[in-house]
Amino acid sequence: MKSLKATGHQLAEPAFQLTVLRQEVVDTLHLPAFHEKLREASLFPLAPVAPAVLQINVGKMCNQVCKHCHVDAGPDRKEIMTRETMQLCLDALAQTDIPTVDLTGGAPEMNPDFRWFVEQIHALGRHIIVRCNLTIIVANKKYHDLPEFFKAHGVEVVSSLPFYTAAKTDSQRGDGVFEDSIRALKMLNAVGYGQEGSGLVLNLVYNPAGAFLPGSQKGLQEQFKRMLFKDHGIVFNSLFAITNIPVSRYLDYLIESGNYAGYMEKLVNAFNPVAAAGVMCRNTISVSWDGFLYDCDFNQMLDLKVASPVRHLRDFDAATLAARTVVVNQHCYGCTAGSGSSCGGTTT
Amino acid sequence: MEKSTYYNPADLAKFGNITEWQSEMGRKFFDYYGEVFKEGALSEREKALIALAVAHAVQCPYCIDAYTVDSMQKGADEAQMMEAVHVAAAIKGGAALVHGVQMMNKAKELSM
Repeated sequence: MKSLKATGHQLAEPAFQLTVLRQEVVDTLHLPAFHEKLREASLFPLAPVAPAVLQINVGKMCNQVCKHCHVDAGPDRKEIMTRETMQLCLDALAQTDIPTVDLTGGAPEMNPDFRWFVEQIHALGRHIIVRCNLTIIVANKKYHDLPEFFKAHGVEVVSSLPFYTAAKTDSQRGDGVFEDSIRALKMLNAVGYGQEGSGLVLNLVYNPAGAFLPGSQKGLQEQFKRMLFKDHGIVFNSLFAITNIPVSRYLDYLIESGNYAGYMEKLVNAFNPVAAAGVMCRNTISVSWDGFLYDCDFNQMLDLKVASPVRHLRDFDAATLAARTVVVNQHCYGCTAGSGSSCGGTTT
Repeated sequence: MEKSTYYNPADLAKFGNITEWQSEMGRKFFDYYGEVFKEGALSEREKALIALAVAHAVQCPYCIDAYTVDSMQKGADEAQMMEAVHVAAAIKGGAALVHGVQMMNKAKELSM
């Protein structure tokens, strides 16, 4: 499987995706545009709060090609953050007291400067989250020591595992992904990750393998804990239930499978004002591989840059950024449905 | 072309409209319904699977759609969902077959 970009697919274009989203929600389903829904909830324009997370996308290269990927990542994506841009991230961090740096991709570990970057952030005393796809750990001998490296730098590992069985995991993430993920989880457990009292945090991400919303995070976590321990002896800390956002390859899946209208209707009808008030874009600054600034990783993939005179790391100024309002569009319905969704799971 | 069938999938979303013609009873039903499906001694996933089995036993297409989605949302996989349907089938089949005893009793009563 190739990325949408590599196949020249229309949905690789952010502007086309935004058009398709607006057409479905507003023109076809005759539902309110997202900003109108926010206005009804007295939340528009959406103001940011003090940034708690700097989420950095260090590149779109990945060893996997998942069907639902909003980044359209894969081995054929060559966009990778350079060490110079990483230095700009470090300079920006040093100007602020943002406590957490969330590293994502692609597979962030495939960036050749990934370890250097983690070491530098660690030296600044910030908490580091790495969004690890698990299979990278077993993909090549040079990655086998990642669990030890993560441990040495106090990294919180957040890993996608859409289900506790092979069939459903592989249907979303590719053949053999479940088996490799289980091997990697065992390696993480072996150095202490997810083990009680170790202080090494291993969180899993569940996102539905299909066109439906996640159920109760608590119920899913109990089920995952029980089944992964029973079948594989694996332990972990928390499960984050994340809603699939209709962007890029997931949007393509929805359209191709005939589920697009039904899914969008479900998202809009499940709009929850409490979830809308707690969306992660309010306390996050997202950085792309080439140093531009966004309100979240989804906006990044839709090329919706921050509404601020500061749009690139080289002009970074926390006070100017704090005065912006968050850029929203129809895909935002994904984070405000039901119990809400963020990179840290439900928000209500 | 407009399809004319007894069941219209779009009607499922209109279930709440039954309160229009009898609000008090409808409201009480939906309050009760909501309470039943909350996590209690049984998990929400277990309740969704029971509902899926019952949906098949009562052969309600609305309920089959609704509780297939609900079971998936609550983290059930295909094997669990199919086993739930087999439970319904076993009870429905068993319910027919166990009456065979009544048939045997009657036949014996009438026989020499």
